[in-house]
Amino acid sequence: MTTTVPAGTGRQVPLADRGTPTTSSLWRQAQVLARRSLIKTWRTPEALIDVTLQPVVFLGLFTYVFGGAIAGGSQQAYLQFLLPGLLGQTIAMASVSLGQNLNADIEKGVFDRFRSLPIGRSAPLVGAVMADLVRYLILFVVIMVVGTLMGFDATNGWLGILASLVLSMGFALCFGWISVYVGMIARTAGAVQGIMFLLILPLSFGSNTFVATETMPGWLQAFVDVNPISHLVSAVRGLMLGGPVAGNLVWTLVWMAGLLVVFAPLAVRAYRRRA
Amino acid sequence: MTYGIEAAGLTKRFGETQALAGVDLAAPEGTVLGVLGPNGAGKTTAVRVLATLLQPDSGSARVAGFDVLRQPAEVRARIGLTGQYASVDEDLTGTQNLLLIGQLLGLRTAQARTRAAELLEWFDLTEAAGRVAKTYSGGMRRRLDLAVSLVGRPSVIFLDEPTTGLDPAKREEMWDVVRRIVAEGATVLLTTQYLEEADALADEITVIDSGRVIAHNTPDGLKHHIGGQRLRVRPVDPGRTQEVRRILVDLTRCVPELSRGELTCRVDDDSLLPELVGRLQVTGIAVSELSLHLPSLDEVFLTLTGRPTSDTTEEAA
Ligand SMILES: Nc1ncnc2c1ncn2[C@@H]1O[C@H](COP(=O)(O)OP(=O)(O)OP(=O)(O)O)[C@@H](O)[C@H]1O
Ligand SMILES: [Mg+2]
Repeated sequence: MTTTVPAGTGRQVPLADRGTPTTSSLWRQAQVLARRSLIKTWRTPEALIDVTLQPVVFLGLFTYVFGGAIAGGSQQAYLQFLLPGLLGQTIAMASVSLGQNLNADIEKGVFDRFRSLPIGRSAPLVGAVMADLVRYLILFVVIMVVGTLMGFDATNGWLGILASLVLSMGFALCFGWISVYVGMIARTAGAVQGIMFLLILPLSFGSNTFVATETMPGWLQAFVDVNPISHLVSAVRGLMLGGPVAGNLVWTLVWMAGLLVVFAPLAVRAYRRRA
Repeated sequence: MTYGIEAAGLTKRFGETQALAGVDLAAPEGTVLGVLGPNGAGKTTAVRVLATLLQPDSGSARVAGFDVLRQPAEVRARIGLTGQYASVDEDLTGTQNLLLIGQLLGLRTAQARTRAAELLEWFDLTEAAGRVAKTYSGGMRRRLDLAVSLVGRPSVIFLDEPTTGLDPAKREEMWDVVRRIVAEGATVLLTTQYLEEADALADEITVIDSGRVIAHNTPDGLKHHIGGQRLRVRPVDPGRTQEVRRILVDLTRCVPELSRGELTCRVDDDSLLPELVGRLQVTGIAVSELSLHLPSLDEVFLTLTGRPTSDTTEEAA
């Protein structure tokens, strides 16, 4: 490269990597693209409402509106029950914006540029999922801090909180691929939201997030018992508050692997096909 | 001859629309190929196929020496694409847009910064470098988009209607930019709806309509074929139209067409204009319009196909 020819295009040795991208370059490209998403989030802090204000409002509403009625009159006891559940629900809800943003990026033509670059096909999708981890971390911290201020007591101590953090972040990363997939197949960002809520409402309310399963009719119990969010919530309850963990932990991990193995390839394939 | 771009028999169908119906394109290395066509002709579709964004239904294409279908990664490593609609990231600054692509291409951070600074300077965006692209004017966005496509020093560059929507001054600026890119040796495929633009920039022009190539020639050959330039005169006093007609016939030996008080002639020779001005002055005929210009796309199509452009529903901005 010479300094006298500023804009070089032609015959010089090319600047870019040539040839097929490797796994390590895919990882690096995804990191670069994740940074791009984070810059965008930083510029539009409103986009963080669903991981900051929204969980606080839910925590307050459910604890003080339903708490008295549900947990035999003790709001305190209900908060202990509710907080891990709400963590599961809000993670699922926070995943919606991932697919919406990707859909909007494609509509705007930003992804055409990525597609014309010699980078891994899946790099833009992996990068977006990676960047979303920051949002889930904020969500986790907000729920824990506000919950503690309201009187939540993680009786298992720091280790339990840490384990819950790791598990729920892992779950979020896998669950997010559903949103990515929907983002790839839906026509508009609005449609992504519609489809995702149709999926998330039964998953989050048809779980043991808000009330104990025993009060439900049998067919619903059957659904709740296989629902991945129920398993996550039960595992987190166990990790934070004590009680049996192993079974739910295993099921949560199985679900995570399943979601990842099914939806990540589906999403990448849909991305490739989308003209 | 080695070709930077070579395509044969490209077809692509979207539902009912045959966007490409067997398109052949060829651009020798280091030349500019102008692809001229009206709205819906298939220009963007052809560019997307050549840039590996879209699979054709049939046909084959080689870009920078590699097969678009069988070696897409090799092709991508050598092309720059500036799409019809600016694909800059509006939430990033000019610098960040350029750094993003540099880093994706595997440049070290320092290298990517140097390259970004060079390109910003070159495209006259240094002052706006720190501003979010959302705040850029249309012309600035186009320039940034073009700059971004040059980060990896591509040897083949696709410019899809680079000046549509720009005002005449900005259009000329963009032409200069394209000329500089070409001067550095890249092969360029440029699509446009303006014969004037293809004439100013391209070494060869392929005219397409409804997914078919209807002409391929050098700009001069094409202009010759469609009868050179158009000379247009409108006398202030419609009563003197016949006098003007006689002067025109005398000067150009063409048969002027009259429409709405305006006489139009096909001419091959630019030097006629001063002569005509002289004659009009001597006879004391005042004119409200007197111009010499290349035929519009509509006129080109009328000549080539015997019918107006097939798609006139969209705006021909
Ligand atoms: N993804 C798509 N789905 C359906 N139809 C499409 C798609 N892309 C292009 N078409 C159709 O194919 C035809 C050619 O489109 P194309 O965009 O290639 O034209 P163009 O020459 O670039 O036109 P313009 O000057 O308006 O940009 C048009 O009729 C268009 O409606
Ligand atoms: Mg187009």
